[in-house]
Amino acid sequence: MLSNAGANSAGAARFKLGTWGWVAVFVLAALVPLFGPSGYLLDIGVNIMIYAMLAYGMNVLLGYTGQLPLAHAGFFGIGAYTVGILTLKAGWSFWLAWPVAVALCAVLGLLLGLVAFRTKGDAFSIFTLGVGVIIMLVINKWDALTGGNEGLNGINPPAGLEALSKGVGLKLSAGFYYLALIALILTVLAVARARGSVFGRSLIAIRGGEDLARSAGIDVFTHKLRAMMLSTAIAGFAGGVYAVYVGFLGSASAGPAMTFTVLLYLLAGGLGTLAGPLIGPALLYTLTQSLKGLQDYQYIVFGPLLVLLIMFAPQGLAGLWMKAQARRELAAVTGKKGAERA
Amino acid sequence: MSTFLQQLFNALALGGVYALVALGLTLVYGVMRVPNFAHGGLYMLGAYLSYAVLTGLGWGYVPALLISAVGVALLAAFMERVIFYPMRNAPHVHPMIAAIGVLFFLEAAVQLVWGPDFKQITEPVPGIVNVGGVIVTWQRLLVIAASVVVMLGLNYFLKRTLTGATIEAMSQNREGARLVGVNTNRVGMMTFAISGALAAAAATLIAPIISVSPSMGEVMNLKVFAIIILGGMGSVPGAIVGAFLLALAEVFGGYYISLDFSDVIGFAMLVIVLALKPQGLFKRGT
Repeated sequence: MLSNAGANSAGAARFKLGTWGWVAVFVLAALVPLFGPSGYLLDIGVNIMIYAMLAYGMNVLLGYTGQLPLAHAGFFGIGAYTVGILTLKAGWSFWLAWPVAVALCAVLGLLLGLVAFRTKGDAFSIFTLGVGVIIMLVINKWDALTGGNEGLNGINPPAGLEALSKGVGLKLSAGFYYLALIALILTVLAVARARGSVFGRSLIAIRGGEDLARSAGIDVFTHKLRAMMLSTAIAGFAGGVYAVYVGFLGSASAGPAMTFTVLLYLLAGGLGTLAGPLIGPALLYTLTQSLKGLQDYQYIVFGPLLVLLIMFAPQGLAGLWMKAQARRELAAVTGKKGAERA
Repeated sequence: MSTFLQQLFNALALGGVYALVALGLTLVYGVMRVPNFAHGGLYMLGAYLSYAVLTGLGWGYVPALLISAVGVALLAAFMERVIFYPMRNAPHVHPMIAAIGVLFFLEAAVQLVWGPDFKQITEPVPGIVNVGGVIVTWQRLLVIAASVVVMLGLNYFLKRTLTGATIEAMSQNREGARLVGVNTNRVGMMTFAISGALAAAAATLIAPIISVSPSMGEVMNLKVFAIIILGGMGSVPGAIVGAFLLALAEVFGGYYISLDFSDVIGFAMLVIVLALKPQGLFKRGT
């Protein structure tokens, strides 16, 4: 009984520590533009945050629910192109187009889930891979809507972002940095909240075993659908930021190669953890940028890295950290017990 | 009518190649329960090895095909040993992700060695032949004939030889096969080797018709996965039927509907079939 209470308070303490850790990370990240960094540094920051959002979206399905979705970049593309098309061709404001893109991705995710979750395991992944390719090909061939091979050019920055940045004495690039940071914070909050809720725990139960989860009274199909919608909505959310930030869209950003890159980042950071989807992109994207000359051949390194990670450290860096921490706690507890006995 | 027959011939040649690649994939899935995403990479590597033997060593087409088949078979067996065998008890998404890593590595490695641009393999028997009013290239006839021979050989091997029967046994029931004394360890490696050889042979056969490029494996990957899902994963007849169905749909869809969307047709077919029959057309008991 007592030991139980102790474990609970330790858990609460760690939760608080975790929360303060996140606050510290985000405050530090928010301070970066104030020191007048180069545009290059800010660009890396924005890209990391966009990849991190994508990784958070994938983590909801792969990390929590145990389903490998390979159409993820497709929804990133749909989100980005929706914002691009609505602002360029229909003249909408970004602030209106962005939520619409997110909602569209959620609805399409629901439709995909209704069909895709009829299959299980490997077949689900391959099925979604097929859907991902279809999304990319349709974007690539539908010239009238998406600009086809030429891509979509000249998407304007969000209305007011430049004026706002100038107003507080910052450049537009810093404005984009803050936009991405706020989007990332919202994503982390949403995912953390979902993970902590009954919904999140049900997803973990489904990952552990669908039949067992079902016998515990969890509606597996509905929960998977909701996880899919959350995942695709986050992908669309990230796509919206990407569209206005880059200003140019090509179909490649919606293709399987993009999905695999996000998968690599997520695995390196740590599947099923809250910090992993941020750690992975931060490390690997920076690494890719510093190996710029190797851009075309980066997979000579990253391919085997992916294999080694999944074979020997499938929980990624965050997982290794948590394992080490658990070992330290265990050592502390057994050490204390030994001392008491002595 | 003659255009129809012409397209039919094209579809048969394409279907033969699809069938060879898909057979390897479905065998591996049946035995190891691994969706080997690196399979397209093996196929692409097979084409490049043949290219290297043909242009680098200046040897003939048949030696090139054999060397590339043996080389890729050895690599596939090695892959099974160091990656997939140690992961046989891992959660099912893990080997799949490892295979994706291998695919990207192969693609980048080939690009590093041979460069990103297209390579051409010349036809071993150039020219065309007139079969009852239909003009066909010798290469397409060769593809059809060779793929049929390989498929018959594979069928004989699986059904009539003891070694082949162990593959069948293991894909039907892993534990059962082990109980009756099948060395499941060796069968896994052998199946990977066979799948690699089939992929390399298919790539060498079709290489003179299409061009060889590092990304050729990705497209083929998606198509053969569509095929084996259509046919039921692990099913041998399903893979063959699925391959020809996809080839027919692509060729005739490309001709009568739109060439732009011929690549989408296969996936559209896959989505429709899975929506109606999640187990694939040829369900097999596991």
